Amino acid sequence: MSKILIRGAKVLGGEPQDVLIEGSQIASVGVGLSADGAEVVEAAGKVLLPGLVDLHTHLREPGREDSETVLTGTRAAASGGYTAVFAMANTFPVADTAGVVEQVYRLGQEHGYCDVQPIGAVTVGLEGKKLAELGAMHESAAGVTVFSDDGKCVDDAVIMRRALEYVKAFGGVVAQHAQEPRLTEGAQMNEGVVSAELGLGGWPAVAEESIIARDVLLAEHVGSRVHICHLSTAGSVEIVRWAKSRGIDVTAEVTPHHLLLTDELVRSYNPVYKVNPPLRTERDVLALRAALADGTIDIVATDHAPHPHEDKDCEWAAAAMGMVGLETALSVVQETMVETGLLDWAGVAERMSFKPAEIGRAKGHGRPVSAGEPANLTLVDTAYRGSVDPAGFASRSRNTPYEGRELPGRVTHTWLRGKATLVDGKLT
Amino acid sequence: MQRHLISAADLTRDDAVLILDTAEEMARVADRPIKKLPTLRGRTVVNLFFEDSTRTRISFEAAEKRLSADVINFTAKGSSVSKGESLKDTAQTLEAMGVDAVVIRHGASGAPYRLATSGWIDAAVINAGDGTHQHPTQALLDAFTMRRRLIGRDAGLGEDLSGKRITLVGDVLHSRVARSNVDLLHTLGAHVTLVAPPTLVPVGVESWPCEVSYDLDAVLPKSDAVMMLRVQRERMNAAFFPTEREYSRRYGLDGDRMARMPEHAIVMHPGPMVRGMEITAEVADSPRCTVVEQVANGVSIRMAVLYLLLGGNEPAVSHARANASEEK
Ligand SMILES: [Zn+2]
Repeated sequence: MSKILIRGAKVLGGEPQDVLIEGSQIASVGVGLSADGAEVVEAAGKVLLPGLVDLHTHLREPGREDSETVLTGTRAAASGGYTAVFAMANTFPVADTAGVVEQVYRLGQEHGYCDVQPIGAVTVGLEGKKLAELGAMHESAAGVTVFSDDGKCVDDAVIMRRALEYVKAFGGVVAQHAQEPRLTEGAQMNEGVVSAELGLGGWPAVAEESIIARDVLLAEHVGSRVHICHLSTAGSVEIVRWAKSRGIDVTAEVTPHHLLLTDELVRSYNPVYKVNPPLRTERDVLALRAALADGTIDIVATDHAPHPHEDKDCEWAAAAMGMVGLETALSVVQETMVETGLLDWAGVAERMSFKPAEIGRAKGHGRPVSAGEPANLTLVDTAYRGSVDPAGFASRSRNTPYEGRELPGRVTHTWLRGKATLVDGKLT
Repeated sequence: MQRHLISAADLTRDDAVLILDTAEEMARVADRPIKKLPTLRGRTVVNLFFEDSTRTRISFEAAEKRLSADVINFTAKGSSVSKGESLKDTAQTLEAMGVDAVVIRHGASGAPYRLATSGWIDAAVINAGDGTHQHPTQALLDAFTMRRRLIGRDAGLGEDLSGKRITLVGDVLHSRVARSNVDLLHTLGAHVTLVAPPTLVPVGVESWPCEVSYDLDAVLPKSDAVMMLRVQRERMNAAFFPTEREYSRRYGLDGDRMARMPEHAIVMHPGPMVRGMEITAEVADSPRCTVVEQVANGVSIRMAVLYLLLGGNEPAVSHARANASEEK
């Protein structure tokens, strides 16, 4: 059985320890473990985290393999320190049947860079009219537990209510892309001072907040679990905080880019900053950081949204919405949350591994770094400083808002069930 | 002066006054038997129109021809947003043809800025209207018209619009003319008030250098110029206001309302006018209405902009200037 000794790593940011991997599991954790027969990874000064789990990834396969495939997307995930990603359903065909989700799941297993847990569509074709076969997707080999029409909002209150109720039968959760469609017709960016000046169609905060308010009330009424995708406004934070204080079973995610970037960047008219929900204001960014720190927002999810160059190298209105994020997520969280003193590394592990795995019921992921657990691990060189070079991305697409920007931290190693997927920053 | 003209907000007070003064010189060319200067001889200017606007295109074309430029008209109607790549592709085709300046009209806000800053082309870019963002030469011709009417043709040279009170009325939300005018008029020292129903004022307007009022009658007696913006009838269906009649009653300019304006005050409109809803025929046809002058002034302003962006430092220009002053 292969043995790997990770020597002197700060486990979850704590005191240096050795971690011995045997086969697919963690064999022991302690100080001064024997290296006998083991391959040694010197990890002094580095932080060891449980493998990261992304509850919100777009892998594009099937249908848009020019943007990303399960292979390239999971390689990007491994580069970013992820051992499991939840793949959104807005593919072509839409992941609204057992067949499609099983295909995506199987591709993830075959490629072996990280586990791919497909998310099933809530409604047939993401059209918001008729429930997809949620039970069949759950019972399939993919074992779907998270359902989302992401990219679109389940805006019909009755359909949303039924979905919330229905998935209770098998412990599922509905992940809502909160966007009131009528309030966001023609929306191009956050509605506010900058949109007024630039003459771009506004995406008002209330379009997100009104749906979240409705959905937490629905979840309360039917006693279900609801997850809010990519929260982006200070008002959304207030609503989720209120809902939690009331005991409503709601969880929420924030993307790295909403923790760092603001709508001021849209002044460049560079579509690399075009994303949905849009970049908001400084005030929103600070509220999101505070909410992630105090647990009102449960997790960080990337909303990794690859697009080919030609879909971004054009005028703003014509450009596709979205940014890639898997390979920069941890660095952005380090900059916005750790280096600001808002979170320690244990807090990062909680929000980027333990909790997302729990929300998505991802088996074998988001587990403690201790003996007997699956060896899903990520080693981070937190002292690293460097500017982002998309040419080195494993993702097939390069639509990052951070090109040329200096970000701290770098994932050097990733292990999936004891097998290295990333070694010294290079994919295996 | 900068290399491109994308937004009225990019102009300093001195840039703007220089353009207005230069336009006065250009206006004199129009009075000559041969209405042509050699300034841009050998230069190629492309009018790249992704959105229909015969008026603006013809105005630019006249300006370009009076400056002896080679003119290419490129209309790419309907391809603007539906096929995003077309802007870049078209731009690069024009670049390959050695174009010196691109006058671009586009339905998407920011398209001219993208064209000027994305490295697709080297040519100077002049924004001839982009989405609901900017239309800087329109603002310049409006300011030119105001300066002539409110200060005087020769008395105005070197002057800005300090202390003038300008009111813009109508669909501010969707109006690039309003955005450009607020920016430029503020730079020129004027006091701007926007009047519109609250539904047609953008969220975020608080940061603009102007006042906002919902009450036209209260503002009229304090206005030196009242500019009516176009209101599309479709806005009614999108619930921006209840009925055409109600809009007209509250925000339309008729003879009675015009009578409340100071005697010297003028009525402006970027055209084309929709008579009835926003402005009555009586007002449109009154001598206080400057619509026709605005059209003529548009050519002078566009000549001035092209000249300053493309030929400003060359001898042909000073020659033109010398001629112009001789003819005084
Ligand atoms: Zn989404």
